[in-house]
Amino acid sequence: MSDLRALYQEVILDHSKRPRNFRALADSNRHAEGYNPLCGDRITVYVKLDGDRIVDIGFQGSGCAISTASASLLTETLKGKSRAEADELFAKFHDLVTGQGNGGVSLGKLAVFSGVSEFPVRVKCATLAWHTLKSALEGEEKTVSTE
Amino acid sequence: MGITAQEVGRIRRADSGFDADRIRQDFPILTQTVHGKPLVYLDNAATTQKPRAVIEAEQQFYLRDNSNIHRGVHELSERATQAYESARRKAQKFLGAGHSREIIFVRGATEAINLVAQTFGRERTGPGDEILISAMEHHSNIVPWQILCEQNGARLRVAPINDRGELIWEEFRKLLGPRTRLVSVAHVSNALGTVNPVKEIVQAAHRLGVPVLVDGAQGAPHLRVDVEELNCDFYAFSGHKVYGPTGVGVLYGKAKLLEAMPPYQGGGDMISSVTFEKTTYNSPPYKFEAGTPNIAGVVALGAALDYVNDIGMEAIAAYEQELLVYATQRISQVPGLTIIGTAKEKTGVISFVMEGLHPHDVGTVLDQEGVAVRTGHHCAQPLMDRFKVPATTRASLALYNTRQDVDALLAGLNKVREVLG
Repeated sequence: MSDLRALYQEVILDHSKRPRNFRALADSNRHAEGYNPLCGDRITVYVKLDGDRIVDIGFQGSGCAISTASASLLTETLKGKSRAEADELFAKFHDLVTGQGNGGVSLGKLAVFSGVSEFPVRVKCATLAWHTLKSALEGEEKTVSTE
Repeated sequence: MGITAQEVGRIRRADSGFDADRIRQDFPILTQTVHGKPLVYLDNAATTQKPRAVIEAEQQFYLRDNSNIHRGVHELSERATQAYESARRKAQKFLGAGHSREIIFVRGATEAINLVAQTFGRERTGPGDEILISAMEHHSNIVPWQILCEQNGARLRVAPINDRGELIWEEFRKLLGPRTRLVSVAHVSNALGTVNPVKEIVQAAHRLGVPVLVDGAQGAPHLRVDVEELNCDFYAFSGHKVYGPTGVGVLYGKAKLLEAMPPYQGGGDMISSVTFEKTTYNSPPYKFEAGTPNIAGVVALGAALDYVNDIGMEAIAAYEQELLVYATQRISQVPGLTIIGTAKEKTGVISFVMEGLHPHDVGTVLDQEGVAVRTGHHCAQPLMDRFKVPATTRASLALYNTRQDVDALLAGLNKVREVLG
């Protein structure tokens, strides 16, 4: 598989064109904004936390295929997960897209982002939603920037 | 495009003696492959590649003449000083300036604009005064004025542009008023390629006694510039966009303005005499060149100006115009593609968006095809807001680009659709 096909896998293209959970949650109790000034990507992640558990999650914004698909798959993956599980997945996801770790063995669907590691300038696109989620969970109000 | 058949004919004739294939041989970097494909370099508005003559001039300076300037009595210092001052005369000739003392070497167009803002601007503006720019400016012709306005309470006014990316003349005239102290406009927009009517702007401003700075970062590399004919008060350009090295540029200023301006930075070379009680400043241009400058860079810039002068700026402009017409015709046929910036007067910049695709993804696929373009906001975020796009993909032409390069871009755009759907 060429590097390009590895980067833009069908699952990624599908999620970028039809992002899941692409909505503002009316009953969210956490949200944060993320911004990548390099490409102008903007995203808002909404979370409904019940105690330690993410019971609902959504996002809105505009971005490239990688950042949109990453946000979409993040919301699919994390619904129902605990904060600790979310932190652990982010660490593994970060390793995956930066070419460290074990190639995403325990990441399930998120493993489709393994191709990003061949495109270092796109790591910020893949991790924007994750950084924004982290900020939302930590209750920070300021916009997260990738720069 | 708005170019008449007559004009195309004139351009074709002018193009007849232009041999881009031969010119390409002067640029060693262009012969490489990228991701296994021949490099197609279409990011010239960001920086241009360097001809062998420029690379060798910088190398020769360090191999043979390296020394500090304006101070040593020894042979090497004399040679270095000669080479440096000779580059100043080349820049003077390149811009059509009347005197070499009107040529100040700086780091680039950005520093040139900051210099004017912090010397001329600080002295001539105060609370309620206005500085007038246009909506198509690069951040480097916005932020220095915002900093000045914060410092002294002046106000930044912005002349709007139309949907083609042209200055709206009536609006510009309305904003040019009794409080305007300076007009600062791009000769050519880096993100759109629009050529501004600089001569008319200068005339209108001068009728009110308002001086004009022209940001020529994208003008000087692509158009013949004559500052005396334009009658502008300042003209700034960057060496690296006109086939010279990075870290060196030129500020032209009218002698009588430069003489009256306070210095920019303090240090060596910009003084006549120093005591702890009082320092007397040197005269222009040295007053504005504190510290040891980028001597090798200036010398290499001189070689770059020789290079383009030998080919002829008019021949370069005509060739690039012909290539722009070809590229525009071909690119506008791509389904779902919209060109942002369709001014009647343009240089070789084609900014575009593709329906349903983000420029960042377009740029990644093109890169894999060996095609280097810029994606993003092009340091012109207010302009992107004006066109309601977060970013564009920008292909920008230079004298070594060919129709084959344009064809490679088109093939790359087909690949983009194939990969991204």
